[in-house]
Amino acid sequence: MSETVLHLINVLGILIVVLSIAASLPWVERRLLGYLQDRYGPNRVGPFGVLQTVADAIKLFTKEDWIPPFADKPVFIIAPTVIMTTILTSFAVVPFSPGIGVIDLNIGLLFFLAMSSLGVYSVMLAGWSANNKYSLLGALRAAAQMLSYEVFMGLSLMGVVIISGTFNLRNIVLAQKNMWFCIPQIIGLIVFIIAALAETRRLPFDLTEAESELVAGYHIEYSGMKFGMFYIGEYVGVTLISSMIVTLFFGGWQGPFLPPIVWFIIKTFFFIGLFITLRASLPRPRFDQLMSYGWKVMLPLALLNLLVTGGIVLATGS
Amino acid sequence: MEDKPGISQELQARFGEAVLAQQLTRDDVPTFWIAKDRISDVLRYLKSDVEKPFRMLYDLTAIDERVRANRQNQPESDYTLVYILRSFDRNADIRLKVPLLGESPAISSITSIWPSANWYECEVWDMFGVSFDGHPHLRRILMPPSWEGHPLRKDHPARATEMGRYELPVEKEKKGVESLQFRPEDWGMQRQSEDADFMFLNVGPQHPGTHGVFRIVLQLFGEEIIDAVPDIGYHHRGAEKMGERQSWHTYIPYTDRVDYLGGVMNNLPYVMAVEKLAGIEVPDRVKVIRIMMSELFRIISHLVFYGTYAQDLGQLSPVLYMFTDRERAFEIVEAVTGARMHPSWFRIGGVKEDLPDGWDQKMMDFVNYMYPRLKEYDSLVMQNRIFQARTKGIGQYTTEEAIEWGVTGPGLRATGCAWDYRKQRPYSGYDQFDFDIPTGSRGDCYDRAVVHVGEMRQSLRIIEQCVKEMPPGPYKANHPRTTPPLKERTMHDIETLITHFLNVSWGPVIPPGEAAATVEGTKGNNTYYLVSDGNTVSYRTRIRTPSFPHLQMIPLISRGMMIPDLLAILGSIDFVLADVDR
Repeated sequence: MSETVLHLINVLGILIVVLSIAASLPWVERRLLGYLQDRYGPNRVGPFGVLQTVADAIKLFTKEDWIPPFADKPVFIIAPTVIMTTILTSFAVVPFSPGIGVIDLNIGLLFFLAMSSLGVYSVMLAGWSANNKYSLLGALRAAAQMLSYEVFMGLSLMGVVIISGTFNLRNIVLAQKNMWFCIPQIIGLIVFIIAALAETRRLPFDLTEAESELVAGYHIEYSGMKFGMFYIGEYVGVTLISSMIVTLFFGGWQGPFLPPIVWFIIKTFFFIGLFITLRASLPRPRFDQLMSYGWKVMLPLALLNLLVTGGIVLATGS
Repeated sequence: MEDKPGISQELQARFGEAVLAQQLTRDDVPTFWIAKDRISDVLRYLKSDVEKPFRMLYDLTAIDERVRANRQNQPESDYTLVYILRSFDRNADIRLKVPLLGESPAISSITSIWPSANWYECEVWDMFGVSFDGHPHLRRILMPPSWEGHPLRKDHPARATEMGRYELPVEKEKKGVESLQFRPEDWGMQRQSEDADFMFLNVGPQHPGTHGVFRIVLQLFGEEIIDAVPDIGYHHRGAEKMGERQSWHTYIPYTDRVDYLGGVMNNLPYVMAVEKLAGIEVPDRVKVIRIMMSELFRIISHLVFYGTYAQDLGQLSPVLYMFTDRERAFEIVEAVTGARMHPSWFRIGGVKEDLPDGWDQKMMDFVNYMYPRLKEYDSLVMQNRIFQARTKGIGQYTTEEAIEWGVTGPGLRATGCAWDYRKQRPYSGYDQFDFDIPTGSRGDCYDRAVVHVGEMRQSLRIIEQCVKEMPPGPYKANHPRTTPPLKERTMHDIETLITHFLNVSWGPVIPPGEAAATVEGTKGNNTYYLVSDGNTVSYRTRIRTPSFPHLQMIPLISRGMMIPDLLAILGSIDFVLADVDR
């Protein structure tokens, strides 16, 4: 009985914490961008503007829930829920600290990859069902971009799997007790970060919404809370990717003095900050450049990394 | 312009009777009247056969002559077509006029000689009702397709209050909306090829990438652009028609709003043209002040270009840094003129006021601040690898193509042609200044940015020299047509009082004549061609803006590119729609 309650607390706690972190991220991002760009950012609602997200949420919830008459209605409604579902489900396998985490799947890593692959459906269906030329172009780009970047995202993680000998994320963290995988797997880390950026569709990989070209791309016809799902979904995605980087390459919850969960949160926020800073500084490559970069540079690099790691592990016999 | 008699004799010898007359204008541009049936031959001859040819069709416009009183020694004409050609070898322009008679005159099109004549002929048709035989698609280009009448005709009302009540019955509304529907067949486009259906994507007039109300319809194969049709006119405010209502003096604020990022840079060609007509020679101090403020506005405009260009390519931050810098420049503009974006500060025969105390310190602070900032932006934008990958080799054209299509300014210099109006035909005392002409070599989007950035540095150099060498003296010419005149002697003698009173109440009366003045504007060569009929208002105000031909060239350089490239091209051209539509 008490175990069930504990589980429930665990699950609900993670859900609430993750969602509230994701919901506060727009404010963090806007303030940080403001700081980087010599301006204030939102500072009117509440102290330092922290309640900005609340105001935004109220606005999104109370807006008319409009569906364009030319859209494919059921698909149009389902699309935004897919992205939230897949990303939130992925959090189930993330080991936040020794006692916190929803489930210990022995194929946790594969589960994460599978879920992030499903995420692309959301964008594709949204772009397709809206029946708008701009959103169609956005969806086309999304399909190509996410499918090709997924290939080496998976491959870049195989080095970690070889060294630790497991797909279980908790065991991967434990395997980093002596050395974080960011050192032996530095190439894997770089490839993974780039692929992960592409998965979250943020600048410089925001070709699917490319404001100056496609206006808003795949979610051009969305408004109200349906748009809010995409909007928050992006930030939940950033949180997920950051916590995956921490789990796979930076020793997860491990660290001296502070309690494990605090270490986990500090590390995760570091990478969230990195993503935001990248957004402030880089322009957007062209679609075909992105593709050739992925297939011609990143994929060979990931394969090479896999080969060398495998060779070394075989040779040392560890 | 030493070969002025030369070209006259050449034309006479070759075409004899077809050269109806030579006209003297106040601006020393050789002006010839050519018979209607020979104009194509003359133009073809001047473009390719004559020694040192006139390769650029700089402008094509018309004048409604029907109520003009002072046109001595000019052939009879109801509507006069005006062709202005430019020769880079001679460093000279030539103006050809063709008299046309009748209510709805027609003339043969010259689009087969210059493809860039296409839009100009449409504009003349739209504004004057002169039709062109053999034009591929003569249509209304600035006014809506449903417009009745031709606005620049003298009998067309200039104000809505003169036009009767506006009504929009359902039928008319439907027709108006229908006329905006894009039909590829009208443009000779295919809806499908053998193995693909093309998608027609409507970009604009409301689109974040078009920098204003500009519409361009793309024929797409996937994301590849097969063809494009630019559609302009959404920003048309009738600036040329207003010139025929406003007094010479009160028209100055309208010029500010033509290239709305250029501020006082727009005043300069206008006041210079009026001064030519009025015979005013401005003091040295005025010239230097004008140059200094114009160059400051060149920096202001180029900063907007730089920032928004980076933003078009997805870089979020530079535009904010550059607008902050622009704000510093505006502080100086504010201190000097009292206004910010549109100071309307130049006057006929001078500037509004003398410079305020402490202007030099403010100016030098800005100059010293900007040099390191520009260096920082180089590493932020120009040296960024993604930025380079997005712009190098995109939207390329050669010097020949540029001249063929009437491209001037940074767009021309990016092709490697070091032709700057300030150097070639110094006006307002630019010959006294020491500056270089930045050029590119490939004529692509990247080179256009290189030229813009280089020009900002040169403008800073010019401003520095202005601050160091600012001559003393009056800020207005001591001339009766200076508006408003210097007031010192107004209360001392009756003659000055009368002139002052008339100039301030009616505005100055400018003697009959024609004159054009050109400047190297922020976006290219900007010309005001003024016709005075000896009145307090202009008889015809022609504004030749650089952005108009630049936009016409977009389909040529964007074919075979992708949608993101189109945005790079649009950003690199540096246009504002007010400058296109006027």
